[in-house]
Amino acid sequence: MKYYIAILLTAILTENFVLSKFLGICPFLGVSKKLKTAVGMSAAVIFVMAMATAVTYPINKFLLVRNNLEYLQTIVFILVIAALVQLVEIVLKRYIPALYNALGIYLPLITTNCAVLGVVLLNVEKASADAAFGFAASMFNSIGAGLGFMLAMVMFAGVRSKLEHANVPKFMQGLPITLVAASLVSVSFLGFGGVIENIFG
Amino acid sequence: MHPILFAVILVSAIGLIAGLGLAIASAVMAVPVDEKTERIRACLPGANCGACGFSGCDGYAQALSEGKTTNTSLCSPGGAEAAQEIAQITGLAVSASVPMTAVVRCCGAHQNAKNKLEYVGIESCRMAVQVFGGPKECAFGCVGFGDCVAECPFDAITLCDGVARIHPDRCHACRRCVAVCPKHLIDVVPKNQGIPAVLCRNQEKGALTRKQCTAGCIGCMKCAKGCETGAVSVVNFCAHIDPSLCTGCGKCVENCPVHCIHIQGGKAVLTIEE
Repeated sequence: MKYYIAILLTAILTENFVLSKFLGICPFLGVSKKLKTAVGMSAAVIFVMAMATAVTYPINKFLLVRNNLEYLQTIVFILVIAALVQLVEIVLKRYIPALYNALGIYLPLITTNCAVLGVVLLNVEKASADAAFGFAASMFNSIGAGLGFMLAMVMFAGVRSKLEHANVPKFMQGLPITLVAASLVSVSFLGFGGVIENIFG
Repeated sequence: MHPILFAVILVSAIGLIAGLGLAIASAVMAVPVDEKTERIRACLPGANCGACGFSGCDGYAQALSEGKTTNTSLCSPGGAEAAQEIAQITGLAVSASVPMTAVVRCCGAHQNAKNKLEYVGIESCRMAVQVFGGPKECAFGCVGFGDCVAECPFDAITLCDGVARIHPDRCHACRRCVAVCPKHLIDVVPKNQGIPAVLCRNQEKGALTRKQCTAGCIGCMKCAKGCETGAVSVVNFCAHIDPSLCTGCGKCVENCPVHCIHIQGGKAVLTIEE
């Protein structure tokens, strides 16, 4: 259990997808203006990351690795994730319209999100390096990555709502100051370096 | 088997399975769409102008099919034709639909209205009125930078000598220009009923109006006195015509000394001739 909690916390804090791996920057800058949209997008990302890992793990293990086709990982995963998100959209629309309306435009938006593809590819990489990193560990890692994405989004939504009222010099208004703020938030996450190793040994 | 051939077959197979799965899923789990909504939507012009008060044509079609509204004539671009078709589909009574058109209540063209300043800046009415209320002496007149022209989805507005003019044949009375005019100069009136319209909003006293614009209403009461049905009234030195009382006799148009009352299709100032 300790091993899985360590994986989860590592994915959320030290290896935060947005702030230290720089994946999924587009939604991070695009939909972090309001807290509500930020949470909606993050919920969709967590959901899709978990689903994508659950589907791609067996495909990788039983189809690609067995036939020495690891070089096809990227293209096969893109294909599978895109189809999966479409399927999820159809199912949600039919059976859980409330959730479908809540996720709204974000679900199709993350069809080809690099953070989703990134978490799947990193899981595969970790699994090949560490024999103990199995299906459960992959799932914990991807849910942690999604939660880390949510943490970054929610934090940054707070920062941006403060920025709305700040007196920003004209040449820095808009995207420039947002990028500066993003880099500062990112630097603040460097402070988590080594925390997990020291807690769990 | 050749490794590349195997890879090609594998990826194609995954793609095929995913595609088939999606096709089956979309057929099996299709959400039933209300047929009535679809049919009503097909009658609407699809301008998504918002004149009906719903969020676009889809919103109006949905509201009609769900019974949220029973008014079939809310769509101004579609007009009587669309109202008729919607009534046939929904079985609702055809609500009376009077064709409407927007009208710009100003005659302050360059030759009539004096300018108090030369505005140099962003070519937009909303920006220009920030500077001492606009470049014209008259505080009520058309600014003439064409914010309404840019807003109009039907290309029905043009600028003539610094005043916006609306072409009634193209106007669908969607009221977008009404909302965008910073001087609130645009009204929606019945189309082609022969009812005159006062094309001025100036509420200054006559002498002051004269100094600002030669076509401004000076509140001389000649139109009100000449009107047999009492449709014309002068409030705050500016004439108003009540369309419900007006018979369209045209006496006020003849009596007006500054020629700021016009009948649609009459003098070229109210509307542009094709």
